[in-house]
Amino acid sequence: MPSPGKRISSRVAFKGTALSDSAQSVGRAWYRTERRNTVLRFFFGGDWVIEEIAALDKSLHTLKLDGAREVEFDGSEVKRMDSAGAWLILRAKHQLSEAGAKIREMTVPDAYRPLLEKLDREIKGPPPSPPPHRPFTDFLARMGQGATEMAETAYRLLGFLGRITVETFEAIVRPTRELPWPAFVNQIEATGLTAVPIVGLLSFLLGVVLAYQGAEQLKRFGAEIFTVNLVGLSVLREIGVLMTAIIAAGRSGSAFTAQIGTMKLNEEVDAMVTMGLNPVEILVLPRVLGLLVSLPLLTFYANIMGLIGGAVMCYFSLDITFPAFSRQLQGAISFSPWSFWLGIIKAPFFAFTIALVGCFEGLRVEGTAESVGRLTTRSVVESIFLVVVLDAGFSILFSILEI
Amino acid sequence: MVMRIKPKRAEPSQEEVAIRVRGLVTRMGEKVIHDHLDLDVKRGEVLGVVGGSGTGKSVLLRSIIHLIKPAEGEISVLGKRLDQLNDQELRALEIRWGVLFQEGALFSSHTVAENIQIPLREYTNLPQRLMEEIAAMKLSLVGLPPDAGLKYPSELSGGMKKRAALARALALDPELLFLDEPTSGLDPIAANHFDELLRDLHKSLNLTVFMVTHDLNSLKGTTDRIAVLVDKKVKIGTIQTLVNDPHPWIQEYFNGARGRAALAS
Repeated sequence: MPSPGKRISSRVAFKGTALSDSAQSVGRAWYRTERRNTVLRFFFGGDWVIEEIAALDKSLHTLKLDGAREVEFDGSEVKRMDSAGAWLILRAKHQLSEAGAKIREMTVPDAYRPLLEKLDREIKGPPPSPPPHRPFTDFLARMGQGATEMAETAYRLLGFLGRITVETFEAIVRPTRELPWPAFVNQIEATGLTAVPIVGLLSFLLGVVLAYQGAEQLKRFGAEIFTVNLVGLSVLREIGVLMTAIIAAGRSGSAFTAQIGTMKLNEEVDAMVTMGLNPVEILVLPRVLGLLVSLPLLTFYANIMGLIGGAVMCYFSLDITFPAFSRQLQGAISFSPWSFWLGIIKAPFFAFTIALVGCFEGLRVEGTAESVGRLTTRSVVESIFLVVVLDAGFSILFSILEI
Repeated sequence: MVMRIKPKRAEPSQEEVAIRVRGLVTRMGEKVIHDHLDLDVKRGEVLGVVGGSGTGKSVLLRSIIHLIKPAEGEISVLGKRLDQLNDQELRALEIRWGVLFQEGALFSSHTVAENIQIPLREYTNLPQRLMEEIAAMKLSLVGLPPDAGLKYPSELSGGMKKRAALARALALDPELLFLDEPTSGLDPIAANHFDELLRDLHKSLNLTVFMVTHDLNSLKGTTDRIAVLVDKKVKIGTIQTLVNDPHPWIQEYFNGARGRAALAS
């Protein structure tokens, strides 16, 4: 322990900082402490600016009173100081005064006095630390949160389903006001007509792919002709409608969420409510009804394009001419006469699901633009998921009915 | 060599001028917004910029901070000609100014504290703990409670958002501060607090402030000089000199009911 009366001085030098004995280091920030009796004098100077303070940070943390009871801060040699530098000085001051020292004075050039005083007045202690990170419990918590959220979403979606069903029914059976025809027609155009090129192209290509895969395998058994049955039945029963529904979910379901979500952010939905208008009737119904009309039509078109794709592939790789293809197709369908309808019947169900989820997620948008993006993604994923689940349900139903 | 003899008006010297705009012409499509506009902002002053809707106040601000390229004319900020800087020099200049956008423009996917740390992280290599301390310090500097740092911008009120955005603008201790309608959308009490805060920060941080505003009280309470955008040019003066300016818009602005009420207070 240093005895009182003896002068103890310690200097701190930092990496890259050559501190000479006379403590002349213009452009660098420096400090040194000196103890005389019970007074610790803290000299600092140079450029106490943000570029410099990283080096000082650590050593200032280790600043000790060393038995002193009073502290004097002398910064008369400070050349420049910004708020980050001032913060370090004030932190050191708080640190020492918390250790029990009395701060006697604080000298800085006049130009920086207002800054230090302002910060000293305003600072309300260290930053609150964010909740500690516990990977395992956090993981569990997230999982639980996800599960309850999923359950809640399902519950609310069911509620929304009920509401839409009732309102659709009412709007059709006893209309209080005329259906918003222009919006309805617009939706048919947006979800149906404009989707024709992409649906047609994809279905055609899928027909080609199916025919090619089937031909390769069936050739080995000399049963090439049954490629037609394979393509025909799978396109009509499954591929046509499923592909169309997935495209619709990506194109139209996401558009529903983004449109309604943006309107929600823009307070347009609230404006409707205050005018006594029903947002479900104005925003949701035209979209649901529009997609209910356009998706079956698109499915029909997709079926045709898929069959054409299959026929083209059969012609080129198996030399099955178009008349032969159509004869074989008729034969195939006569074994299961419901094939075409089994596909088409699913379209309105898928359409309803996609529009429902799209509008539901759109109406859930709140707060920020980020939530529009998040919910749009969710809407697409959820509607595709539900479409596939529904499709599986239909398969089970059809196999029970043996059609 | 023929030299035009300049009138002997005392041109402020390079060091005294923070922003110098000469012959600025900005066009939006066919429409001319500024027509050979000249403006000097002195170091250390708070300049208020006013003007009717559509006179190009925000456009002027955005031209000065290099978000809009002027059609003609030159702009110097802190002694540097904007059109002569390369990317690196421009970045070096950009960290010497802070901008508070009208709606705050806080990054919505980051907490307030993270928002303030973004410029720190980009331009310094401070340890994480120190950046957190500095972010908290900036927050208290603008009068926000420490726990505001953990919140997301969407959880803040309008006034708090503006303060948080101001804290981010001040993250690197800029010499120049640009404010785009800082008190719009704030209630009068919050607006008063903001004015006080601005005065206080101006004094303690040696700031030069370029403030676009509609708020007469704020003009009166905080600014040293006022630039009025009329006829695609700028008229500059103190409130006292502008009140006597014969231009009809300026007359209506300062001597209308609101103007009189604000100036009388």
